[in-house]
Amino acid sequence: MAKIVLDTLRHAYMPNPTEDSDWALKQLDLEWEDGGAYALLGPSGCGKTTLLSIISGLLRPTHGRVFFDGQDVTDLTPEQRHIAQVFQFPVVYDTMTVYDNLAFPLRNRGVDEKHVDQRVREIAEMIDLTHMLDNRAAGLTADGKQKISLGRGLVRSDVNAIMFDEPLTVIDPHLKWQLRSKLKELHQRVRTTMIYVTHDQTEALTFADKVVVMNQGEVVQIGTPVDLFERPQHTFVGHFIGSPGMNVLPCEIAGGRAHVAGVALDAGGSGDLGVTSGKLEVGVRPEFVRFAEAGDTGGLPARVVKVSDAGRFRIVEAQAADTSIKLLVPEGGNIPQEQAHLLFDPDHTAVYRDGWIVA
Amino acid sequence: MSLELRGVGLRAGADTHIHPTDLVCEPGSFNILLGTTLAGKTTMMKLMAGLERPTAGTVWFGGRDVTGVSVRRRNVSMVYQQFINYPNMSVYENIASPLRVTKVDEAEIKRRVGTMAELLKLSPMLSRRPSELSGGQQQRTAMARALVKDADLVLLDEPLANLDFKLREELRDELPRLFADRDCIVVYATTEPVEALLFGGHTACLHEGRVTQFGPTAEVYRNPSDLVSAQVFSEPPINVAPVVKAGETFRFGQDTAFPASGPFAALADGAYTLGIRPHHVAPTPSGDNPVPVDGHVLVTELSGSESVIHFTVQGETWVSQSHGIHPFEVGTDQRLYADMSKALVFDGDGRRIEI
Amino acid sequence: MNKTHDNRAWLFVLPVVALVAFNAIIPLMTVVNYSVQETFGDNVFFWAGVMWFEQVLQSERFQDALLRQLTFTFTILLIEVPLGVAIALTMPKKGPWVPVCLVLMALPLLIPWNVVGAMWNIFALPDIGLLGRSLNALGFDYNFTRQPGDAWFTLILMDVWHWTSLVVLLAYAGLVSIPDAYYQAAKIDGAKPFAVFRYIQLPKMKRVLTIAVLLRFMDSFMIYTELSVLTGGGPGNSTTLLSIDLVKIALGQFDLGPAAAMSLIYFLIILLLSWVFYTLMMRNEQQ
Repeated sequence: MAKIVLDTLRHAYMPNPTEDSDWALKQLDLEWEDGGAYALLGPSGCGKTTLLSIISGLLRPTHGRVFFDGQDVTDLTPEQRHIAQVFQFPVVYDTMTVYDNLAFPLRNRGVDEKHVDQRVREIAEMIDLTHMLDNRAAGLTADGKQKISLGRGLVRSDVNAIMFDEPLTVIDPHLKWQLRSKLKELHQRVRTTMIYVTHDQTEALTFADKVVVMNQGEVVQIGTPVDLFERPQHTFVGHFIGSPGMNVLPCEIAGGRAHVAGVALDAGGSGDLGVTSGKLEVGVRPEFVRFAEAGDTGGLPARVVKVSDAGRFRIVEAQAADTSIKLLVPEGGNIPQEQAHLLFDPDHTAVYRDGWIVA
Repeated sequence: MSLELRGVGLRAGADTHIHPTDLVCEPGSFNILLGTTLAGKTTMMKLMAGLERPTAGTVWFGGRDVTGVSVRRRNVSMVYQQFINYPNMSVYENIASPLRVTKVDEAEIKRRVGTMAELLKLSPMLSRRPSELSGGQQQRTAMARALVKDADLVLLDEPLANLDFKLREELRDELPRLFADRDCIVVYATTEPVEALLFGGHTACLHEGRVTQFGPTAEVYRNPSDLVSAQVFSEPPINVAPVVKAGETFRFGQDTAFPASGPFAALADGAYTLGIRPHHVAPTPSGDNPVPVDGHVLVTELSGSESVIHFTVQGETWVSQSHGIHPFEVGTDQRLYADMSKALVFDGDGRRIEI
Repeated sequence: MNKTHDNRAWLFVLPVVALVAFNAIIPLMTVVNYSVQETFGDNVFFWAGVMWFEQVLQSERFQDALLRQLTFTFTILLIEVPLGVAIALTMPKKGPWVPVCLVLMALPLLIPWNVVGAMWNIFALPDIGLLGRSLNALGFDYNFTRQPGDAWFTLILMDVWHWTSLVVLLAYAGLVSIPDAYYQAAKIDGAKPFAVFRYIQLPKMKRVLTIAVLLRFMDSFMIYTELSVLTGGGPGNSTTLLSIDLVKIALGQFDLGPAAAMSLIYFLIILLLSWVFYTLMMRNEQQ
């Protein structure tokens, strides 16, 4: 187990990067605590897999260093770094039994058979494969195979970190949550540093203590799931996390208050908004918008355009002037017919300038 | 034109792939086949399209028996989970390809491809090859190709499954709009209950080759006709409590009991199964009839705004999905509350009992 | 999984059936016909039963030829398969050298068989051939036209040169289909190169190698052209494999009956061994 530090990391796949867009990974500094569960979250092509490969040692960065517990490991191989990895498509040794698969990393390191046996049975128990130990690995289902891949990482006592590269891609949808919760449970048991790469926010938020949100080769925000949900630092985070994503509404600042469609709003904790330049927007999650009821005053006049029933709640699309706003109404909640007034929760409404939050 | 399956079934040797099914899809309707992988969704679609010939029953389209009529002679289009396009044709030619077969004149092709590209936001990419597009754009191209020929029946087989989460959300928003002013029948297969709910329309729950329920989506969700349909239409899975009613109480396992009052009072004594959806179980009392259940926590999944708690109660594995952050420690015993006013009641055979 | 059943589909198979009947079954039946009859020419035939079969199977000449054939086949398999795999392993998996390597590898396969025989014949001639002269210059007493051992050496060398490429190409196809993740996982698991070969590359190549071995097995049984140009079965009968022997009997001596019986035995041996071999490999697969 190790604390992982990434120091001024940059990476380009082409030999002489000049323009900004040549970099697959722009400037990056990170510090990860030993034993944490981290997720790298972002859309396809955001550089998250590149970053994972650099940490595991499958790729050498163009610039910058990687430290494990203070030791510079930039030039070391994955094996020398003591990294384990679970890939997108399950990798098992087809000709071996489940038992031999789990024993493989230990046998390669010359561990004596008695210890191997003890360790393999212990891990098999954890990943619920005890009853399958004598089966050929090739015959298992995708989720069984992914468990084997994970198990091969867990058996080793010297592992610094376990990396996951979109490990649920080929798992049947109705089994995903089971494997996901298994991962979480295992992390809580073994406390090995785990790094999980995904484009799926549910996977990232439920798995990780800290999520690194990436976009176009840059880290946009690092934070706990609650931070990312309640206080997105960038409109991208607001949009990317949450389903549906955050409402981002063009606004104007006048007299220290934000105005959307000509109506003044209270936006989070900022008594004095001195900003006037740049692209100004108000961000508020659909969860924090509600219809004004009797007794409420003010609010943004809007017209209900569309209601979609998601079972637990309904997603309402409302139109205020020429901006569209989404809000969530819990099951059984009241939805006005046509005209309505929308109220934004001031604690969860923020002003963004050129995409970034205004403190 | 409507699509009608009359007792359509498919067997291969001793295996029954599709049990005899009766189903009517109205003209202009959006129909969802909901079920897990291998539930028979794709086979069902093939039967509808005529790619597969049923071993029992007949398929009717627009009042005409089309059983055994080749798919080429039906006006059907299909979109698959994999992005299937002609790799060496431009996006324009890809979209135009179904029209070329039917010999539409060039000006008309240009007009229709243009409209379709506009609708699916593909206009700037018309001269590119599919390999130069992102996954979402590739799937949009495949959809444009399916829509351009004004098919009578459009089959979409998990078209969003291979896309990034956010792209899926975006296309999910766009799709119903595409079909809004068309009178074709759309059949959409998915494994995700939420997707079915958001599309609305009609939903058929499919389980092991059998349609367990078919009706307006929200209706099927709120009033499942049996336990299997309720299970198919719940993600995370619906919580199940086998209970015995004796007089005024429900007995659940060894040491949980709660009053069988209110609407439950009318039930005869005996064994029942209660189904409670995960969002009706919470760490704090809520709803009209919260009943405490003592569980042993297996896993706590916290997202930024919700807690999903997996726990065991009386030998059953339950899930609670609630707002807020409830960081329950794994392995601890916790009290949660199930809102029994929302419980669905099923008899011993899993059939729903309305109360 | 589910197939549409339509009996009209059989119509598509008809031309193939007709073709196979014309060029395989009819000639084969002629051979069967000859193998159970005795003729003295003029299209006069007598029923001979299994006489020819008994005669062929009991003859020392046939047994010797069969033994030589088996020796040859197993020797070249033992050399070509490991060598082919080894070469495939050293070939680059990507980059500009891939097409170059592939073309170089395919070259021997493109040369007509009689040309291969003639090439090696000249190449190995002790007085003017490069190989023959060089070996003699190095002090080896090498003459493939006189010494059986040298003839065998040359024959095997020629076959290895000619056919190893086939194994290489098949093995290479198997190798490039292995996803990178497997190699990365092995690296992470600390597997040594041999373990990578044994547990990843070999299992993934198994299918194509089965085909390679099967093809080489059958082809080596049927070797004729190159062999007849190179040594003609000599010196003496030392390189007379089954096919050469068959032609000698059938055309040289015009013993149609024994030749036909021998053809059938020859055919059945190939069929039987191929079947045994294939079944074994497939059973292994299913376990």
